[in-house]
Amino acid sequence: MKSNSLTAKIKNMRSDTRLANEGRRVLRQSKNLLFVIFRTAIIIGLSYVILGPLIGILANSFFSNADKYSPVVYLIPQEPTLERYRLAIIRMDFWNTLLRMLAYVASLTLIQIFICSLVGYGFARFKFPLKKLFFACVIIMIVIPSHSVMLPIYMTFQNFNPLGIVGAVNNIRANGGLSGLSLSSLFSGGGGINLLGTPIPMYIMTLLGCGLRAGLYIYIFNQFFRGLPKEIEEAAAIDGAGTIYTYFRIMLPNAMPSIITVTIFSIVWQYNDTFFANLFMISPDIVLSKSIASLQTNVQFLDRIFDPSISVLYVYAGIILVITPIMVLYVLLQKWFIEGVERSGIVG
Amino acid sequence: MELTKTAKAVKPPKPAKPSRLSLSQKQAIKGLLFISPFVVGFMIFYLRSLVMTIQFSFSDIEVIDGGYSSTFVGFKHYIHALAEHASFKQDLVTSIMDMVVDVVLIIFFSLFMAILLNQKFRGRTLSRAVFFLPVILNSQAINTAITMARQMMMGGMSPVSADVAEAAAVGTVNVMYYVYMFSDLGLPIGLLDYVIGAVTRINSIITASGVQLIIFIAALQSIPPSLYEVAKIEGATPYETFWKVTFPMVSPLIVTNVVYSFVDSFINSSVVNLSYETIFRNLNFALGSVFSLLSMLVVCLLLFITVSIISKRTFYYN
Repeated sequence: MKSNSLTAKIKNMRSDTRLANEGRRVLRQSKNLLFVIFRTAIIIGLSYVILGPLIGILANSFFSNADKYSPVVYLIPQEPTLERYRLAIIRMDFWNTLLRMLAYVASLTLIQIFICSLVGYGFARFKFPLKKLFFACVIIMIVIPSHSVMLPIYMTFQNFNPLGIVGAVNNIRANGGLSGLSLSSLFSGGGGINLLGTPIPMYIMTLLGCGLRAGLYIYIFNQFFRGLPKEIEEAAAIDGAGTIYTYFRIMLPNAMPSIITVTIFSIVWQYNDTFFANLFMISPDIVLSKSIASLQTNVQFLDRIFDPSISVLYVYAGIILVITPIMVLYVLLQKWFIEGVERSGIVG
Repeated sequence: MELTKTAKAVKPPKPAKPSRLSLSQKQAIKGLLFISPFVVGFMIFYLRSLVMTIQFSFSDIEVIDGGYSSTFVGFKHYIHALAEHASFKQDLVTSIMDMVVDVVLIIFFSLFMAILLNQKFRGRTLSRAVFFLPVILNSQAINTAITMARQMMMGGMSPVSADVAEAAAVGTVNVMYYVYMFSDLGLPIGLLDYVIGAVTRINSIITASGVQLIIFIAALQSIPPSLYEVAKIEGATPYETFWKVTFPMVSPLIVTNVVYSFVDSFINSSVVNLSYETIFRNLNFALGSVFSLLSMLVVCLLLFITVSIISKRTFYYN
């Protein structure tokens, strides 16, 4: 009898704990479920804030005139047309401009990677006097945007004459030879060349490690190279590799995560850059983001489409055209990109 | 005494004439060669430009054929900018205020989103890509068109303040209704203003926090999982885990992100725009230089204060 009641008690207790466990499990599950719902709602909602206008632009770029004024059409056109794209491609001279733009961006990105990795490596691996001061310069370059010193940069390239060499060459050419030119008049300072209106200033700045956000890239490479073990280079040196060889054949291939990060940032920012493009007056034949700015005016005056709500459709088509290449590139590279940021040393 | 003397005597004599550079000297030369492009560029484009900008700000500039002539006028342009110019002070103050508010919101938002996007769920890669989209599309022309398109998507109204209307149209809720409701509840107006400002600014906040988000995600990924295991074994709640593990481990990157956000929002601020307009539209080089310098000084000061406050509280793992 007694033992019976004891077993009953134990049974009771067991079922109690089981019940309690069950309850806890249900609670936990419902908590998780609530959290998942919350998370999904937030992510979808915020994604809509980002994607909404893009969807609108994409849909509108296919609208015909009738669709634009039809009150029942919201996103899906009744009579879709490719007319907007046809005219936008003609007016922007899209394919040629795109090719030039890609060449411009790709060459600048290559130079950025080369120069910035070089400088970053120099900071990471060598000891030299004034190193801290020079690195402070990198930080200054990140913190002080070139917007604050735009006027002197503009003037430098308006009358480009480094150390008076260009002026001297021009003077010689104007004089028809060296004879009859005294040394002082040779280097008289005047007679530099105006580089504005060409992409050359951008190339010069990038080559000298001062391109678009170069400070940030130098910082990224510096952090990454500092994180690599020194033994790699020691082994290379023992095996007889020189500094240059070590750098190109051993360090750079190892820096792939940083290179991918910098590549994406550099391509994206260079592609979208309007500040330097405006400052150096680089022609819209090269810079797509500038040619899209004048597209609406062009369409209005060259094709006599004065209705602003129609002519804006061409701008939408143009925008879809402009962002497609960079989107494709990002989708292709994005798998490596986030991994690259993780390992590239930004995180330290 | 004796011992030190002998020790001095034993010290090996230096080679009389070092025929070759020592290893450290060689290293120094190599290092300088590696960074030389940057040093030259910095001297030409930044240091010289900075000096020239300062010089311009103290002089009257006249453009003459093939160059310019400048005459020293002292603080004339500074006084003009601070005492007489119609919009500079206002622009500066609003830019700075916007910057401070935005940076705080951007940091919170991007950290929050990074934590969400760092969890495992289906479509994670896709949503990360979506949140990085604004960085890809961040060009002036595209931004203008996107703003237009956003208003179009919201129903094509012509609002008094586009921001408020955007927020209002999102769920066809009337923001002002909530403002009145909460102020009736007795909440302080300043707080309400801030919250409403944050809500209505959600577009620009999302747009501006793409890079910071990626950096935070990378930081979260680099936290060793063993720390979370320990926290779990010790019985820490998720809340405690966040404040004792996640936040301290991410905190060094907060400094980075604050700096990045400050600079980024400074570049897009109205005061930079004003100095650009003054220089290249009105061709008033001296005044434009003053605007650039003053705004730069204020921002640098602000950055310095913020960073020194934050880095005191930053936790460094290593």
